[in-house]
Amino acid sequence: MRYESILDAVGGTPLVGLPRLSPSPDVRLWAKLEDRNPTGSVKDRAAAYMVAAGEKDGLLYPGATILEPTSGNTGISLAMVARLRGYKLICVMPENTSEERRILLEAYGASIVASPAAGGSNEAVRVAQGLAAEHPDWVMLYQYGNEANTRAHYETTGPELLTDLPEITHFVAGLGTSGTLMGTGRFLREHVPGVQIVAAEPRYGELVYGLRNLSEGFVPELYDESVLTSRFSVSSADALRRTREMLSVEGLFAGISSGCVLHAALGVAAKAQAAGQRAEIALLIADAGWKYLSTGAYGGTLAEAEARLEGQLWA
Amino acid sequence: MAIEVRIPTILRSYTGGQKSIEGTGSTLDELLADLDGRYGGLRERLVDDAGLRRFINVYLNDEDVRFIGGLSATVSDGDTVTVLPAVAGGSR
Repeated sequence: MRYESILDAVGGTPLVGLPRLSPSPDVRLWAKLEDRNPTGSVKDRAAAYMVAAGEKDGLLYPGATILEPTSGNTGISLAMVARLRGYKLICVMPENTSEERRILLEAYGASIVASPAAGGSNEAVRVAQGLAAEHPDWVMLYQYGNEANTRAHYETTGPELLTDLPEITHFVAGLGTSGTLMGTGRFLREHVPGVQIVAAEPRYGELVYGLRNLSEGFVPELYDESVLTSRFSVSSADALRRTREMLSVEGLFAGISSGCVLHAALGVAAKAQAAGQRAEIALLIADAGWKYLSTGAYGGTLAEAEARLEGQLWA
Repeated sequence: MAIEVRIPTILRSYTGGQKSIEGTGSTLDELLADLDGRYGGLRERLVDDAGLRRFINVYLNDEDVRFIGGLSATVSDGDTVTVLPAVAGGSR
Protein backbone atom coordinates (compact mmCIF):
# COMPACT_ATOMS: atom_id res chain seq x y z
CA MET A 1 0.00 0.00 0.00
CA ARG A 2 1.20 3.48 -0.84
CA TYR A 3 0.53 6.71 1.12
CA GLU A 4 1.52 10.34 0.50
CA SER A 5 2.91 10.75 4.04
CA ILE A 6 3.02 8.95 7.35
CA LEU A 7 -0.04 10.92 8.53
CA ASP A 8 -2.06 9.40 5.69
CA ALA A 9 -1.09 5.92 6.90
CA VAL A 10 -3.07 6.20 10.17
CA GLY A 11 -5.79 3.52 10.53
CA GLY A 12 -6.73 0.75 8.12
CA THR A 13 -5.26 -1.80 10.52
CA PRO A 14 -5.57 -5.59 10.10
CA LEU A 15 -8.11 -7.77 11.91
CA VAL A 16 -6.65 -11.19 12.63
CA GLY A 17 -8.29 -14.31 14.03
CA LEU A 18 -7.12 -15.89 17.30
CA PRO A 19 -8.21 -19.47 16.56
CA ARG A 20 -6.18 -21.09 19.33
CA LEU A 21 -7.55 -18.83 22.06
CA SER A 22 -11.14 -19.03 20.76
CA PRO A 23 -13.28 -21.47 22.79
CA SER A 24 -14.96 -23.05 19.73
CA PRO A 25 -15.72 -22.47 16.03
CA ASP A 26 -18.98 -20.82 17.17
CA VAL A 27 -17.32 -18.46 19.64
CA ARG A 28 -14.43 -16.74 17.92
CA LEU A 29 -11.97 -14.00 18.87
CA TRP A 30 -10.58 -11.44 16.41
CA ALA A 31 -7.75 -9.00 17.21
CA LYS A 32 -7.67 -5.49 15.69
CA LEU A 33 -3.96 -4.73 15.47
CA GLU A 34 -3.68 -1.03 16.32
CA ASP A 35 0.07 -1.39 16.87
CA ARG A 36 0.24 -1.24 13.05
CA ASN A 37 -0.33 2.52 13.16
CA PRO A 38 2.60 4.88 12.33
CA THR A 39 3.82 5.41 15.91
CA GLY A 40 2.73 1.96 17.04
CA SER A 41 -0.51 2.61 18.89
CA VAL A 42 -4.24 3.26 18.53
CA LYS A 43 -3.62 6.83 19.72
CA ASP A 44 -2.49 7.94 16.27
CA ARG A 45 -6.16 8.02 15.31
CA ALA A 46 -7.17 10.40 18.13
CA ALA A 47 -4.04 12.56 17.78
CA ALA A 48 -4.55 13.09 14.03
CA TYR A 49 -8.23 13.97 14.55
CA MET A 50 -7.68 16.25 17.56
CA VAL A 51 -4.94 18.26 15.83
CA ALA A 52 -7.00 18.55 12.62
CA ALA A 53 -9.99 19.76 14.66
CA GLY A 54 -7.78 22.24 16.56
CA GLU A 55 -6.52 23.65 13.26
CA LYS A 56 -10.01 23.88 11.81
CA ASP A 57 -11.33 25.69 14.90
CA GLY A 58 -8.40 28.14 14.88
CA LEU A 59 -7.22 26.89 18.28
CA LEU A 60 -3.86 25.85 16.83
CA TYR A 61 -1.72 28.37 14.96
CA PRO A 62 1.79 28.00 13.50
CA GLY A 63 4.35 27.61 16.28
CA ALA A 64 1.70 26.94 18.94
CA THR A 65 2.53 24.92 22.05
CA ILE A 66 0.40 21.86 22.78
CA LEU A 67 0.09 20.65 26.38
CA GLU A 68 -1.29 17.19 27.15
CA PRO A 69 -1.57 14.87 30.16
CA THR A 70 -0.62 11.40 28.92
CA SER A 71 0.86 8.17 30.21
CA GLY A 72 2.67 7.80 26.90
CA ASN A 73 0.95 6.65 23.75
CA THR A 74 -1.09 9.80 23.11
CA GLY A 75 2.03 11.85 23.78
CA ILE A 76 4.04 9.85 21.25
CA SER A 77 1.28 10.18 18.64
CA LEU A 78 0.92 13.91 19.27
CA ALA A 79 4.71 14.33 19.15
CA MET A 80 4.76 12.82 15.66
CA VAL A 81 1.85 14.97 14.44
CA ALA A 82 3.25 18.10 16.14
CA ARG A 83 6.63 17.53 14.49
CA LEU A 84 5.07 17.32 11.05
CA ARG A 85 2.65 20.23 11.56
CA GLY A 86 5.11 22.58 13.29
CA TYR A 87 3.93 22.68 16.93
CA LYS A 88 5.80 22.36 20.23
CA LEU A 89 4.60 19.65 22.60
CA ILE A 90 4.75 19.44 26.40
CA CYS A 91 3.58 16.16 27.94
CA VAL A 92 2.61 15.78 31.58
CA MET A 93 3.40 12.18 32.39
CA PRO A 94 3.30 10.15 35.63
CA GLU A 95 6.87 9.44 36.79
CA ASN A 96 6.07 5.70 37.01
CA THR A 97 5.61 5.05 33.29
CA SER A 98 8.10 3.06 31.25
CA GLU A 99 11.50 4.44 30.22
CA GLU A 100 10.88 3.67 26.53
CA ARG A 101 8.03 6.18 26.36
CA ARG A 102 10.22 8.93 27.80
CA ILE A 103 13.04 8.19 25.31
CA LEU A 104 10.63 8.14 22.36
CA LEU A 105 8.99 11.42 23.36
CA GLU A 106 12.36 13.13 23.74
CA ALA A 107 13.52 11.72 20.39
CA TYR A 108 10.49 13.36 18.77
CA GLY A 109 11.43 16.64 20.45
CA ALA A 110 8.70 16.80 23.07
CA SER A 111 9.28 18.18 26.58
CA ILE A 112 8.20 16.13 29.59
CA VAL A 113 6.85 17.37 32.90
CA ALA A 114 6.76 14.56 35.47
CA SER A 115 3.73 14.23 37.74
CA PRO A 116 3.81 12.26 41.03
CA ALA A 117 3.44 8.48 40.76
CA ALA A 118 0.73 8.32 43.41
CA GLY A 119 -2.57 9.12 41.74
CA GLY A 120 -1.44 7.90 38.32
CA SER A 121 -2.98 9.47 35.24
CA ASN A 122 -5.52 11.39 37.29
CA GLU A 123 -2.70 13.30 38.92
CA ALA A 124 -1.19 14.04 35.48
CA VAL A 125 -4.53 15.56 34.47
CA ARG A 126 -4.52 17.77 37.58
CA VAL A 127 -0.94 18.94 36.99
CA ALA A 128 -1.71 19.71 33.32
CA GLN A 129 -4.81 21.70 34.28
CA GLY A 130 -2.69 23.75 36.67
CA LEU A 131 -0.08 24.45 33.97
CA ALA A 132 -2.81 25.37 31.47
CA ALA A 133 -4.19 27.94 33.92
CA GLU A 134 -0.70 29.48 34.31
CA HIS A 135 -0.07 29.52 30.54
CA PRO A 136 -3.26 30.57 28.74
CA ASP A 137 -1.42 30.59 25.38
CA TRP A 138 -0.73 26.85 25.56
CA VAL A 139 -3.29 24.65 23.86
CA MET A 140 -4.53 21.64 25.80
CA LEU A 141 -6.26 19.29 23.37
CA TYR A 142 -7.41 17.29 26.41
CA GLN A 143 -8.04 13.78 25.09
CA TYR A 144 -10.42 12.98 27.98
CA GLY A 145 -12.96 15.57 26.86
CA ASN A 146 -12.18 16.22 23.18
CA GLU A 147 -15.02 15.02 20.93
CA ALA A 148 -12.56 14.61 18.03
CA ASN A 149 -11.04 11.69 19.99
CA THR A 150 -14.41 9.90 19.96
CA ARG A 151 -15.14 10.96 16.39
CA ALA A 152 -11.89 9.42 15.15
CA HIS A 153 -13.21 6.02 16.22
CA TYR A 154 -16.78 6.68 15.09
CA GLU A 155 -15.51 7.54 11.61
CA THR A 156 -12.63 5.07 11.23
CA THR A 157 -12.28 2.21 13.77
CA GLY A 158 -16.01 1.38 13.78
CA PRO A 159 -16.48 1.26 10.00
CA GLU A 160 -13.26 -0.77 9.56
CA LEU A 161 -14.52 -3.39 12.03
CA LEU A 162 -17.94 -3.60 10.41
CA THR A 163 -16.36 -4.06 6.97
CA ASP A 164 -14.01 -6.81 8.14
CA LEU A 165 -16.44 -8.55 10.53
CA PRO A 166 -20.06 -7.84 9.49
CA GLU A 167 -21.25 -10.64 11.83
CA ILE A 168 -19.65 -8.95 14.89
CA THR A 169 -21.47 -9.61 18.21
CA HIS A 170 -19.02 -8.08 20.75
CA PHE A 171 -16.44 -5.30 20.77
CA VAL A 172 -13.93 -5.28 23.63
CA ALA A 173 -11.42 -2.47 24.28
CA GLY A 174 -9.51 -0.81 27.10
CA LEU A 175 -11.13 2.01 29.05
CA GLY A 176 -8.88 5.02 29.37
CA THR A 177 -10.15 8.27 27.95
CA SER A 178 -13.08 6.12 26.74
CA GLY A 179 -12.71 7.62 23.23
CA THR A 180 -12.19 4.23 21.53
CA LEU A 181 -15.16 2.58 23.26
CA MET A 182 -17.51 5.56 22.87
CA GLY A 183 -16.77 6.21 19.19
CA THR A 184 -16.53 2.61 18.00
CA GLY A 185 -19.36 1.59 20.33
CA ARG A 186 -21.79 4.23 19.09
CA PHE A 187 -21.05 3.40 15.45
CA LEU A 188 -21.51 -0.33 15.95
CA ARG A 189 -24.71 0.11 18.00
CA GLU A 190 -26.18 2.15 15.13
CA HIS A 191 -25.37 -0.56 12.61
CA VAL A 192 -25.47 -3.89 14.44
CA PRO A 193 -28.62 -4.67 16.49
CA GLY A 194 -27.78 -6.23 19.85
CA VAL A 195 -24.02 -5.72 19.61
CA GLN A 196 -22.26 -5.84 23.00
CA ILE A 197 -19.77 -3.09 23.87
CA VAL A 198 -17.39 -4.29 26.59
CA ALA A 199 -14.89 -2.12 28.50
CA ALA A 200 -11.76 -3.59 30.09
CA GLU A 201 -10.27 -1.46 32.83
CA PRO A 202 -6.89 -1.97 34.48
CA ARG A 203 -6.96 -2.62 38.23
CA TYR A 204 -3.69 -1.36 39.66
CA GLY A 205 -2.11 -2.32 42.95
CA GLU A 206 -2.45 -0.32 46.13
CA LEU A 207 0.79 1.54 45.41
CA VAL A 208 -1.01 3.48 42.69
CA TYR A 209 -4.46 3.81 44.25
CA GLY A 210 -3.98 3.02 47.92
CA LEU A 211 -4.21 6.40 49.55
CA ARG A 212 -6.72 8.09 47.33
CA ASN A 213 -10.10 9.13 48.60
CA LEU A 214 -13.23 7.57 47.13
CA SER A 215 -14.76 10.92 46.22
CA GLU A 216 -11.76 11.72 44.00
CA GLY A 217 -12.80 9.15 41.37
CA PHE A 218 -12.18 10.69 37.97
CA VAL A 219 -14.64 10.10 35.13
CA PRO A 220 -13.55 11.36 31.68
CA GLU A 221 -15.95 13.87 30.13
CA LEU A 222 -16.22 11.65 27.03
CA TYR A 223 -17.48 8.70 29.07
CA ASP A 224 -21.15 7.80 28.54
CA GLU A 225 -22.10 4.66 30.41
CA SER A 226 -25.14 4.06 28.16
CA VAL A 227 -22.83 3.10 25.27
CA LEU A 228 -21.44 0.15 27.23
CA THR A 229 -23.14 -3.17 27.90
CA SER A 230 -20.47 -4.53 30.24
CA ARG A 231 -17.36 -3.43 32.06
CA PHE A 232 -14.51 -5.57 33.43
CA SER A 233 -11.80 -4.69 35.93
CA VAL A 234 -8.64 -6.73 35.37
CA SER A 235 -5.79 -7.18 37.85
CA SER A 236 -2.16 -6.73 36.83
CA ALA A 237 -1.61 -10.48 37.37
CA ASP A 238 -4.40 -11.45 34.94
CA ALA A 239 -3.33 -8.83 32.39
CA LEU A 240 0.25 -10.13 32.47
CA ARG A 241 -0.83 -13.77 32.24
CA ARG A 242 -3.03 -13.05 29.19
CA THR A 243 -0.33 -10.94 27.52
CA ARG A 244 2.05 -13.90 27.71
CA GLU A 245 -0.67 -16.31 26.60
CA MET A 246 -1.29 -14.21 23.49
CA LEU A 247 2.42 -14.35 22.67
CA SER A 248 2.95 -18.06 23.35
CA VAL A 249 -0.35 -19.37 21.96
CA GLU A 250 -1.08 -17.03 19.04
CA GLY A 251 2.34 -15.51 18.37
CA LEU A 252 1.02 -12.01 19.02
CA PHE A 253 3.47 -9.68 20.83
CA ALA A 254 1.09 -7.19 22.43
CA GLY A 255 1.37 -4.58 25.17
CA ILE A 256 0.13 -5.30 28.69
CA SER A 257 -3.14 -3.38 28.28
CA SER A 258 -4.02 -5.82 25.49
CA GLY A 259 -3.66 -8.68 27.97
CA CYS A 260 -6.25 -6.85 30.07
CA VAL A 261 -8.55 -6.63 27.04
CA LEU A 262 -8.02 -10.31 26.21
CA HIS A 263 -8.96 -11.28 29.78
CA ALA A 264 -12.31 -9.48 29.44
CA ALA A 265 -12.83 -10.92 25.92
CA LEU A 266 -12.26 -14.45 27.25
CA GLY A 267 -14.75 -13.66 30.03
CA VAL A 268 -17.52 -12.75 27.56
CA ALA A 269 -16.47 -15.67 25.32
CA ALA A 270 -16.89 -18.11 28.22
CA LYS A 271 -20.35 -16.65 28.99
CA ALA A 272 -21.44 -17.02 25.34
CA GLN A 273 -20.06 -20.55 25.20
CA ALA A 274 -21.88 -21.52 28.43
CA ALA A 275 -25.13 -20.05 27.09
CA GLY A 276 -24.75 -21.87 23.76
CA GLN A 277 -24.69 -18.58 21.85
CA ARG A 278 -22.71 -17.83 18.69
CA ALA A 279 -20.21 -15.01 19.16
CA GLU A 280 -17.81 -13.08 16.93
CA ILE A 281 -15.75 -11.04 19.38
CA ALA A 282 -13.47 -8.24 18.18
CA LEU A 283 -10.86 -7.04 20.66
CA LEU A 284 -8.64 -4.03 20.25
CA ILE A 285 -4.86 -4.44 20.59
CA ALA A 286 -3.85 -0.87 21.54
CA ASP A 287 -0.10 -1.36 21.10
CA ALA A 288 2.71 -3.93 20.89
CA GLY A 289 5.07 -4.99 23.66
CA TRP A 290 8.17 -3.02 22.63
CA LYS A 291 7.62 -0.09 24.99
CA TYR A 292 7.20 -2.42 27.99
CA LEU A 293 10.31 -4.60 27.64
CA SER A 294 12.08 -2.67 30.42
CA THR A 295 9.20 -3.39 32.82
CA GLY A 296 10.28 -7.05 32.85
CA ALA A 297 6.78 -8.16 31.85
CA TYR A 298 7.98 -10.72 29.31
CA GLY A 299 10.80 -12.47 31.17
CA GLY A 300 11.13 -14.75 34.21
CA THR A 301 8.20 -16.26 36.07
CA LEU A 302 4.79 -14.62 36.20
CA ALA A 303 5.22 -13.89 39.92
CA GLU A 304 8.54 -12.13 39.29
CA ALA A 305 7.05 -10.11 36.46
CA GLU A 306 4.08 -9.15 38.63
CA ALA A 307 6.37 -8.00 41.43
CA ARG A 308 8.39 -5.89 38.99
CA LEU A 309 5.20 -4.31 37.64
CA GLU A 310 3.85 -3.36 41.06
CA GLY A 311 3.40 0.38 41.24
CA GLN A 312 3.93 0.95 37.52
CA LEU A 313 1.31 2.22 35.10
CA TRP A 314 1.08 -0.41 32.36
CA ALA A 315 -1.81 0.96 30.36
CA MET B 1 -18.05 -22.42 50.44
CA ALA B 2 -18.79 -18.71 50.61
CA ILE B 3 -18.37 -15.59 48.53
CA GLU B 4 -15.02 -13.84 48.83
CA VAL B 5 -15.19 -10.04 49.07
CA ARG B 6 -12.02 -8.01 48.45
CA ILE B 7 -11.82 -4.69 50.28
CA PRO B 8 -9.71 -1.66 49.23
CA THR B 9 -7.27 -0.13 51.73
CA ILE B 10 -9.40 2.92 52.43
CA LEU B 11 -12.28 0.75 53.68
CA ARG B 12 -10.24 -1.69 55.74
CA SER B 13 -10.93 0.29 58.90
CA TYR B 14 -14.34 -1.43 58.74
CA THR B 15 -12.85 -4.93 58.41
CA GLY B 16 -10.18 -4.77 61.11
CA GLY B 17 -7.54 -4.33 58.41
CA GLN B 18 -8.52 -7.47 56.48
CA LYS B 19 -8.01 -7.34 52.69
CA SER B 20 -10.51 -10.06 52.06
CA ILE B 21 -13.64 -11.15 53.94
CA GLU B 22 -16.32 -13.76 53.31
CA GLY B 23 -20.10 -13.64 53.28
CA THR B 24 -23.23 -15.34 52.00
CA GLY B 25 -26.36 -14.39 50.08
CA SER B 26 -28.05 -15.00 46.76
CA THR B 27 -27.87 -11.39 45.59
CA LEU B 28 -25.30 -8.64 46.10
CA ASP B 29 -27.81 -6.84 48.34
CA GLU B 30 -28.14 -9.89 50.61
CA LEU B 31 -24.38 -10.35 50.65
CA LEU B 32 -23.80 -6.73 51.78
CA ALA B 33 -26.51 -7.08 54.45
CA ASP B 34 -24.82 -10.24 55.70
CA LEU B 35 -21.44 -8.47 55.85
CA ASP B 36 -22.87 -5.46 57.66
CA GLY B 37 -23.81 -7.74 60.56
CA ARG B 38 -20.12 -8.42 61.21
CA TYR B 39 -18.51 -5.32 59.71
CA GLY B 40 -20.77 -2.47 60.87
CA GLY B 41 -20.74 0.67 58.71
CA LEU B 42 -19.24 -1.01 55.61
CA ARG B 43 -22.54 -1.22 53.73
CA GLU B 44 -23.22 2.48 54.41
CA ARG B 45 -19.96 3.38 52.61
CA LEU B 46 -20.98 1.40 49.52
CA VAL B 47 -24.71 2.00 49.22
CA ASP B 48 -27.03 4.97 49.59
CA ASP B 49 -30.79 5.36 49.01
CA ALA B 50 -30.30 5.35 45.25
CA GLY B 51 -28.25 2.13 45.20
CA LEU B 52 -24.48 1.75 44.82
CA ARG B 53 -22.65 5.01 45.53
CA ARG B 54 -21.42 6.90 42.50
CA PHE B 55 -17.69 6.67 43.22
CA ILE B 56 -17.75 3.01 44.21
CA ASN B 57 -17.36 0.14 41.78
CA VAL B 58 -18.27 -3.41 42.68
CA TYR B 59 -17.14 -6.27 40.45
CA LEU B 60 -18.47 -9.82 40.35
CA ASN B 61 -15.78 -12.10 38.89
CA ASP B 62 -14.16 -8.96 37.42
CA GLU B 63 -17.42 -7.75 35.77
CA ASP B 64 -18.99 -4.46 36.93
CA VAL B 65 -22.27 -5.30 38.71
CA ARG B 66 -23.93 -2.11 37.41
CA PHE B 67 -24.30 -3.85 34.04
CA ILE B 68 -25.68 -7.10 35.48
CA GLY B 69 -28.42 -5.90 37.80
CA GLY B 70 -26.56 -3.83 40.42
CA LEU B 71 -27.59 -4.74 43.97
CA SER B 72 -29.92 -7.42 42.58
CA ALA B 73 -27.08 -9.16 40.68
CA THR B 74 -27.10 -12.89 41.40
CA VAL B 75 -24.11 -14.15 43.36
CA SER B 76 -23.17 -17.72 44.22
CA ASP B 77 -20.67 -19.67 46.27
CA GLY B 78 -17.18 -19.51 44.84
CA ASP B 79 -17.69 -16.08 43.29
CA THR B 80 -15.29 -13.24 43.98
CA VAL B 81 -16.62 -9.75 44.62
CA THR B 82 -14.14 -6.87 44.40
CA VAL B 83 -14.85 -3.39 45.78
CA LEU B 84 -12.87 -0.51 44.27
CA PRO B 85 -12.91 3.28 44.21
CA ALA B 86 -14.03 4.52 40.76
CA VAL B 87 -11.01 5.41 38.64
CA ALA B 88 -10.21 5.83 34.98
CA GLY B 89 -7.56 3.61 33.43
CA GLY B 90 -6.25 2.48 30.10
CA SER B 91 -3.70 3.50 27.57
CA ARG B 92 -3.53 7.22 27.09
